[in-house]
Amino acid sequence: MATPATIHAHAPQGFIRKYIFSLDHKVIGMQYFFLALTAVFVGMFLSLLMRIHMVWPAAVLPLVGEIKPETYLSLLTMHGTIMVFFVLTTAPQGGFGNYFLPIQIGAPDMAFPVLNMLSFWTTFVAFVVIIAAFFVTGGAPLHGWTGYPPLSAVQSAGPGEGLGADLWITSIAIFCIASLMGALNFITTTLDLRAKGMSLMRMPLTVWSWFITAILGLLAFGVLLSAGILLLMDRNLGTSFYVPLIVVNGQVLGHKGGSPLLWQHLFWFFGHPEVYIAILPGMGVTSQILSTFSRKPIFGYKAMVYAMLSIGLFGFMVWGHHMFMSGMSPYSAFAFSILTMCIGVPSAIKTFNWLGTMHKGRIRFQTPMLYAIGFVSLFVSGGLSGPFLAQPVLDIQLHDTYFVVGHFHLIMGVAAIFGIFAATYYWFPKMFGRMMNETLGRIHFFITLAGTYAIFMPMHYLGMAGQTRRYSQFTEVAYQAKLIPLQTFITYAAIITISAQLIFVINLFWSMFKGPKASDNPWQSTTLEWTTATPPPHDNFGGVTPVVNHGPYEYAVPGAPRDYVMQTDPVSASAH
Amino acid sequence: MAGGGDGRRGDGGPGYGERLRRARLGLICLIAPIVMLFISLTSAYIVRQGLPMFDGASNSYVRDWGGVNLPWVLLAINTGVLLLSSVTIEAARRDYARQAALAPVKSIPGVSLGEENHLPWLGITVILGIGFLVGQGLAWRELQNRGFFVSTNPNSSFVYLLTGAHAVHLAGGIIALVWAAATSLLRKPVEARRIAVDVTAWYWHFMGLLWIYVFAFLEFAR
Repeated sequence: MATPATIHAHAPQGFIRKYIFSLDHKVIGMQYFFLALTAVFVGMFLSLLMRIHMVWPAAVLPLVGEIKPETYLSLLTMHGTIMVFFVLTTAPQGGFGNYFLPIQIGAPDMAFPVLNMLSFWTTFVAFVVIIAAFFVTGGAPLHGWTGYPPLSAVQSAGPGEGLGADLWITSIAIFCIASLMGALNFITTTLDLRAKGMSLMRMPLTVWSWFITAILGLLAFGVLLSAGILLLMDRNLGTSFYVPLIVVNGQVLGHKGGSPLLWQHLFWFFGHPEVYIAILPGMGVTSQILSTFSRKPIFGYKAMVYAMLSIGLFGFMVWGHHMFMSGMSPYSAFAFSILTMCIGVPSAIKTFNWLGTMHKGRIRFQTPMLYAIGFVSLFVSGGLSGPFLAQPVLDIQLHDTYFVVGHFHLIMGVAAIFGIFAATYYWFPKMFGRMMNETLGRIHFFITLAGTYAIFMPMHYLGMAGQTRRYSQFTEVAYQAKLIPLQTFITYAAIITISAQLIFVINLFWSMFKGPKASDNPWQSTTLEWTTATPPPHDNFGGVTPVVNHGPYEYAVPGAPRDYVMQTDPVSASAH
Repeated sequence: MAGGGDGRRGDGGPGYGERLRRARLGLICLIAPIVMLFISLTSAYIVRQGLPMFDGASNSYVRDWGGVNLPWVLLAINTGVLLLSSVTIEAARRDYARQAALAPVKSIPGVSLGEENHLPWLGITVILGIGFLVGQGLAWRELQNRGFFVSTNPNSSFVYLLTGAHAVHLAGGIIALVWAAATSLLRKPVEARRIAVDVTAWYWHFMGLLWIYVFAFLEFAR
């Protein structure tokens, strides 16, 4: 197996080894990034089709034609699955984590470079397999990203539940294996490859967030994998793990005695930590950026670390709050409810500390900072509806409504996306050696922020008014039809917001080739990636092993010659 | 935690001891999700076992768990084979550790440690591992001869699932062993072979423990 030592000595020259089957964590990070970028546009396109169909159900759309109710469910399923797995899990961890974790701890590469490469290509195969579900007989599955049986477990349950559903489950299983390989690498690298002086409490909060995310992934994806195996067996081998005695289209199927709730328990034991797998890296990069652009140390570094650890821990104890509707014992519901609300404590600590970091700072409102502030805003807006849904009595009312759609899109979806945007604008100079256009970045930010609120805040009102989610159209029910104007407004907002993402794409690719050259440390930041060349050399530090003398966020240090102290600066640099 | 940040990293390339420690750490990270996988299957087993099923004929709830007549003798023999393979791989691990330790001495010109005879422990372990898998296959065939298929009842579904999941993971161990053996053909340094054999050996011991757990669980939880 190639080790960092061998990689250190020999940078590959051929195109295939350098850019396709590369062992370099930076190239692999870019591969993850561009895979996620592709996936997010597929996912956004699907959501656009859904939004258009919802308010103009008779519209015949180019490429897809008329959207039938079952087509709508396929779009919904694939949108959720692609976004959760191939965007929110892939970009922050696989993309930026891969690229920057080794550099930020002073390592030449990941602990197991070959495994790293395999992890990416396995993820790629998973993506190809799930996209293939669109093109097989019956099309993509209908069962939503949560894959609840019996719908997901019975092949005859509807179009898309045949081969399409098998491909969906297979893709998720492959993705689990890829994520486990990645998590193994992240944990080992963090624990074992830190440079001299890089103690745990000197690690940037980004590294902490990737590390904790990797632990969550290591413990959660194995459970999803086992759940998927049981589902495949129910579908193809005639077992009855999840499927009870059931009649479909007048035919009694061979299953008996299974429990759909068993799937829900296993799925959500993975599913809730998955929320934190998506959002924790965003928290890390937000902390990093808020400190850098406020020119202040992060407020309460240790509290931030312990808050992330406790969020990760609590994340494994609250899966039942997704199942209040299942008829669970009120005592269980009470326990899950209390534990869920407990997560509000570390979340509030983080929010308080972010605000404390900015308080009286000399804030530089550049694009990465705008997105980091946007992250905090969305985290608070989306998070505040969490305690509502943590109450079983309220959740039973709101569970199958747009209130939940608004909640999780704000907190898990767009907040995490804002984290990805913040990371992109922040690290782009280091990754590509050029600066992104600031004006385009700001325009992109303000349209996206306004658009996001215009899309998802009204959904809370729709939910409280009783608008049901997963319905492809609302014209048939009088009280729901009255809410169509608000849905139309949301669709217009979605069209504008999605269109605005073209600004980001243009900025990204234009800046990649035509942007002004970036210096090694354009943001005057302190962590190790800014001590090396731009873009970093093959072994990250040009044959030099960095020695760390400082914490990650030493800004505005009294007595220091400039307003920041790099982690590798000599001890005397911060002498008072 | 010993590791990075403690100043032990050298001038860019990790030493043998560090690589061994890193590989062992990676192994622990590999074992964690396998443990989670089997915990979740165990949970599913216990939940499914306790589920009542509505019986329309008697208009009441009944249990559909069912029984499975396991081929205990065959499984006990397989267990013995697997435990024996743990002994042989441990011998291989210690043998390679000794070779790695003596490698610097051997490299001194004029120094000889005499003729050394090594039993091919790795090869023996691979054969025993394959023997275990074949034995499990025979156990499956015997189950089918006795009328128990994957979908016969929930109990039999779990028997196939748990034994199959274990077999897949053990097959991964055999592939790792073959790769470790191939490192000597590829003329990799003895340290690289030692690391490969060391982590595979610990993985193999874990597979042995896991099988004992599965075997005991199938016996006592049915």
